[in-house]
Amino acid sequence: MSLPQEYCKRATMKRSQLVLVGNGMAGVRTLEELLKLAPDLYDITVFGAEPHPNYNRILLSPVLAGEQTLEHIVLNDWAWYQEHGITLHAGCTVTEVNRARRTVHALGADGQTINAPYDRLILATGSKPFMLPIPGNDLDGVLAYRDIADTQAMIAASAQYRHAVVIGGGLLGLEAANGLMKRGMQVSVVHAGEWLMERQLDLVAGQMLQKALQERGMQFLMSAQTQALLGNADGRVQAVRFKDGSEVPADLVVMAVGIRPNTALAESMRLHVNRGIVVNDTLQTTTDARIYAVGECAAHRGTAYGLVAPLFEQGKVLANHLAEFGIGRYLGSQTSTKLKVTGIDLFSAGDFMGGAGTEEILLSDPGSGTYKKLVLKDDKLVGACLYGNTVDGSWYFKLLREGRSVSDLRDRLVFGESNIGEGGHAGQDKATSMPDDAEVCGCNGVTKGAICKAIREKGLFTLDEVRKHTKASASCGSCTGLVEQILMATVGGDYSATPRTKPVCACTDHGHQAVRDAIRTHKLLSKEEVFAFMEWKTPNGCPSCRPAINYYLLSTWPKEALDDPQSRAVNERSHANIQKDGTYSVVPRMWGGETNAAELRRIADVVDKYRIPTVKVTGGQRIDLLGVKKEDLQGVWNDIGMPCGHAYGKSLRTVKTCVGSEWCRFGTQDSTQMGRNLEHALWRMVAPHKVKLAVSGCPRNCAESGIKDVGVIGVDSGWEIYVAGNGGTKTEVAQFFTKVKTAEEVLEVSGAFLQLYREEGWYLERTVHYVARVGLDYVKAKVLEDHANRKALWARLQAALEGEPDPWFDGEKARVDARQFVPIAVA
Amino acid sequence: MTQWTYICKLEDIPVLGARRVARAQGLEVAVFRTATHEVFALLDRCPHKGGPLSQGIVFGQSVACPLHNWTIGLCDGQAQAPDEGCAPRFQVRLEDGAVYLDADELAHHALHETRPLAGPILRAAVP
Repeated sequence: MSLPQEYCKRATMKRSQLVLVGNGMAGVRTLEELLKLAPDLYDITVFGAEPHPNYNRILLSPVLAGEQTLEHIVLNDWAWYQEHGITLHAGCTVTEVNRARRTVHALGADGQTINAPYDRLILATGSKPFMLPIPGNDLDGVLAYRDIADTQAMIAASAQYRHAVVIGGGLLGLEAANGLMKRGMQVSVVHAGEWLMERQLDLVAGQMLQKALQERGMQFLMSAQTQALLGNADGRVQAVRFKDGSEVPADLVVMAVGIRPNTALAESMRLHVNRGIVVNDTLQTTTDARIYAVGECAAHRGTAYGLVAPLFEQGKVLANHLAEFGIGRYLGSQTSTKLKVTGIDLFSAGDFMGGAGTEEILLSDPGSGTYKKLVLKDDKLVGACLYGNTVDGSWYFKLLREGRSVSDLRDRLVFGESNIGEGGHAGQDKATSMPDDAEVCGCNGVTKGAICKAIREKGLFTLDEVRKHTKASASCGSCTGLVEQILMATVGGDYSATPRTKPVCACTDHGHQAVRDAIRTHKLLSKEEVFAFMEWKTPNGCPSCRPAINYYLLSTWPKEALDDPQSRAVNERSHANIQKDGTYSVVPRMWGGETNAAELRRIADVVDKYRIPTVKVTGGQRIDLLGVKKEDLQGVWNDIGMPCGHAYGKSLRTVKTCVGSEWCRFGTQDSTQMGRNLEHALWRMVAPHKVKLAVSGCPRNCAESGIKDVGVIGVDSGWEIYVAGNGGTKTEVAQFFTKVKTAEEVLEVSGAFLQLYREEGWYLERTVHYVARVGLDYVKAKVLEDHANRKALWARLQAALEGEPDPWFDGEKARVDARQFVPIAVA
Repeated sequence: MTQWTYICKLEDIPVLGARRVARAQGLEVAVFRTATHEVFALLDRCPHKGGPLSQGIVFGQSVACPLHNWTIGLCDGQAQAPDEGCAPRFQVRLEDGAVYLDADELAHHALHETRPLAGPILRAAVP
């Protein structure tokens, strides 16, 4: 028990001093992450220029519009700082940092100076609004829109004055204009561009937005160049003058023309600044190793991010580094824009403007307020702009990020995920109109109310956090768009961002492909070798990576790499399916779904002998015995005396068949024999996920070959082979692969296809996902067009399966740990 | 004075694995062995929906429940946030390669926890 000792040692050591400059969302999130990892490592001091605790800046708009109050948007109240022993100087502006002496100097609201020494310093100074350099920009009544003080000044002005002008037709400007309008002011939006939000929307969507806002009473001055702000005798703004000489009255002017990273302090400290404070992958400044920058003020690989998700990702990495774990790296984020402007859903990502060398798919229905534009280049989705209905935004963003060919979905792409059969559950596309008790996630039974509650009570911000806490959208993922909409409506923005390569799990930054490649290239033969070679961050992995690595080792180096039962989930370790009460189900193999009197008698005897409570016929044409105690498993297997059905594994399950030409008056081929042959050839085959086959004897397709990983249909002249179907969470119709003449060819093509999947598929990727990732054309090239390769694949599969043991009867060779079946009895 | 009951040798528990210890009364106790050969014991029941923790994947100083993948800390039985719950702990002594549990705890600790029900028995309960 070494943990408590180390803990005590630490507590008695003198703690390091950590100072955070900037009490905003990115900085405080970093502290939260740090406190989770190492609660006692630092004495923490925070300086914040605003006299408030950390609040959600994005929710200033609803506060301005009168929909929420300031108390509602506080993220960490005063008590939070106290509870964690953090010294907070709110309302204190940091005036100087002496890097030589490692001290921070600040000026309090009351004129007092405060000094704080640091061992490590975090700069999280955020952004500053950009003020147009025009005459009159310092008049009373001219504001930016950035913080609580600005918001309060706007609310105060709206009670007293009538005419407001907002300069800037971007998101922030429109939110300000909407809020002021709701507070009874007459609002004009001045925009220098041709259309609104030109960085997020194309011309059509921008104009649709303008029209919708005009209908609500907002006025617009487009392509207008502001020349000066004119004041009255009291020094308060009274009008805006444009370059063409025209003027509009204005008692309040809000400038929302953009933000710049706030780097003044960093520059005075002589830190390297280039479009932000330049940091490396651990958020350390490149100038001073004791100083870090995080959030909107930091420039990582040339980019200063403004969305919350990348900033939180940065905070997590920085916290890891500060906690002296030193294993996290921030590699940048790809972001999409998903916004709600005054109740209108907008989405854009990538190169949504299109241009030379690109093609566009458009769907426009101005009457219903819907517009979709997809930009394609070389058959790949490179950009998307959605107006009105954004539920498919995350799906388009996924396609865009994966950069996969969309040639096969092109004709249906614009109608969205739910219309091409990938959507899983049909359902709602507008989260706001759903009642609280409506189910959002059908897989995990999560209602909208439960999601909203978790977001509010647990302070969630990202899609990942919502998934972790509620399990919503964590299974089939088809409700991801809805969950994002709920997040957006509840916390005021969309926070889904994705690292460039999805790591296998939190134990590593490497993705599945990198792990597969390393195992093959460097001939790694055990999980320990993989962990060492790929610098795993955890000593022995986790339940996500260990089974994946075990599979990659076995499938890459059959007969050389040894199976590690402790890296397998319970079912594959006990060779039975665990049930909710901790008992197991046993499914013996019935070749091609055929059985006989002797087998049925033995099964019946076993059911009596072991008092098995439920006997059920499965969808895969065999018999399931449910409620077997773990102690009885070996006895049941032996007494039944039938081969293991592998109904529990990421492996070949069944080959479903119809009765075929032996009996059926319509049958054209002997599908049962074909099925038995396939099952004999492929059983004991492990794979990235479960594998199901079917063989039908005629096109009536009674064995349902259209929804199997490999589906075979007998026709007069031979056999048609379909691949990559799926009958599970998301029903997927199998795609036609080829037609062959003989049963031998069916075996060879099916086997070669499955071996390619075994060698290249990522763990937990079904054939449908594998084929979608690499493209059917690629698979055809490898299996159908390249005859030598097909034979080689088929030969490799046969070699891998040769002599593989049946885990029920040859447990020693199958490395089944027999001790698990017997509980230890206490004397 | 704690009375220690001999359970098994250290080698009898697989590395990164667990064994179940049957008691005269109450649910089994799961004894876990980490990669660094530390041994921990918890009631063999996940605080979430009663899954047998002994059947989970052991990693670091945690075990993942085989039913719904909750992560349970082996030192304290606590579910990892955001999940909430705690599996009762049992004291372990490891001496000269032999594993011992507290006789008193074996006989009296966490006797009232039960497994969830499954199967036709539920039909009678819900008409």
